[in-house]
Amino acid sequence: MTDEPRPPNDSATPIRVLIAKPGLDGHDRGAKVLARGLRDEGFEVIYTGLRQTPEMIADAAEQEDVDVIGLSILSGAHMALLPRTVTLVRERGMDDVLIAAGGIIPDADIAKLKKAGIAEIFGPGTSIGQIARYFRENARHRA
Amino acid sequence: MPDLADLLRGAVAGERLALARLLTAIESDAPGARDVLPAVFQAGRGAHLVGITGPPGSGKSTLVNALISEWRGRERRVGVLAVDPSSPYTGGSIMGDRIRMMEHAADRDVFVRSMASRGELGGLAATTWIAAAAIDAAGYDPILVETVGAGQSEVEIASLAETTVVVEVPEMGDEVQAIKAGLLEIADVIVVNKGDLPGADGAARRLRAMLSTAGGRVKRQPPKVLLTNAVTAEGVVELVDAVEAARGSAGSEDRATRRAERQVRNVLATLATRRAQASPRWAETIADVAARRLDPVTAANQLDDQP
Repeated sequence: MTDEPRPPNDSATPIRVLIAKPGLDGHDRGAKVLARGLRDEGFEVIYTGLRQTPEMIADAAEQEDVDVIGLSILSGAHMALLPRTVTLVRERGMDDVLIAAGGIIPDADIAKLKKAGIAEIFGPGTSIGQIARYFRENARHRA
Repeated sequence: MPDLADLLRGAVAGERLALARLLTAIESDAPGARDVLPAVFQAGRGAHLVGITGPPGSGKSTLVNALISEWRGRERRVGVLAVDPSSPYTGGSIMGDRIRMMEHAADRDVFVRSMASRGELGGLAATTWIAAAAIDAAGYDPILVETVGAGQSEVEIASLAETTVVVEVPEMGDEVQAIKAGLLEIADVIVVNKGDLPGADGAARRLRAMLSTAGGRVKRQPPKVLLTNAVTAEGVVELVDAVEAARGSAGSEDRATRRAERQVRNVLATLATRRAQASPRWAETIADVAARRLDPVTAANQLDDQP
């Protein structure tokens, strides 16, 4: 990271990330910290706020043409909401969009979620640097 | 990346993902993007471009949400471009305007796109008006362009939008604020939002009083001043009426000319900058300016003169 403001257009197009919170979580501190952290890593982050349905997330991702969808969930409803979100995103033709999740997800569910199309799951203690690196390495490359 | 002409055809036919991908290509000046622009503009349907600007936290996004509802009630398909600032340090951005508009996320007749300003001044991304043309081609009308939270002098939106709404809050200041040059001057409609707060009526009254006396070389009519409460949608019907009425009001031909000139100048500046940046002497010249061996004006001239 540089310390000086830089002129525009001096680097590649930033990666666009949608950060969304499906379901009925009561707070979004973690999602906001992550959004801020990714901003500092040079990502363009679209944050959609609390209490989103999978339909709203898929529709927002479609209009925003994001490269990555990051789903934050703490409530325990991940087995219902995350696979549904993946299905809707793919149904809308977004085949190459990376979908990752973070939050409180028991180890026993991780394999099932990956099978359902969640590319990676970031639990408590993951650093923002790790997430940023993963997104950079795995997000689609624009022509 | 699929063929851009195909994306345009898809967007015109109502495919949202095609429009979304076309916007990405335009925004990032992807290969081939410039070739498709004539067709994008040709496919335009003359949507009403409405700029929404004002200081951070004045309620622009919430007001846009209420405006979407009102226009949807009038059976219009609504496009929104919501611009948020990019970090001057990392190029990153957090775009949060959507949070206030998620109730419309699943409405197929509403298209909301967030754009990072990517370092441009004036609270707009350089490609905002081109992106608006693509949304126009897809059949959305009106198209609302929400700028980054603006201070006193970010008047660029007036050179993009046909109709400019400036959103203020009751604590906006005294009468002298209302007669300063800049933001309030460009407004076709001024909204005092958060109209339930104490002092809102007074602020609207002061604005009306101070702005009603425009004269001298000013040809435009004084802006209409309205009170709204974006959360309850109070005053939003009147706002939509005022925005519709402002289109085609006196001086709109002059403004169309100025808008055209601004857009061409905007592109010329971008092209000249890109050409200069591609020069083998770019880094060396910048280093010379940084070390004060060369002044910035001469440097720019030299870079611009090269074949």
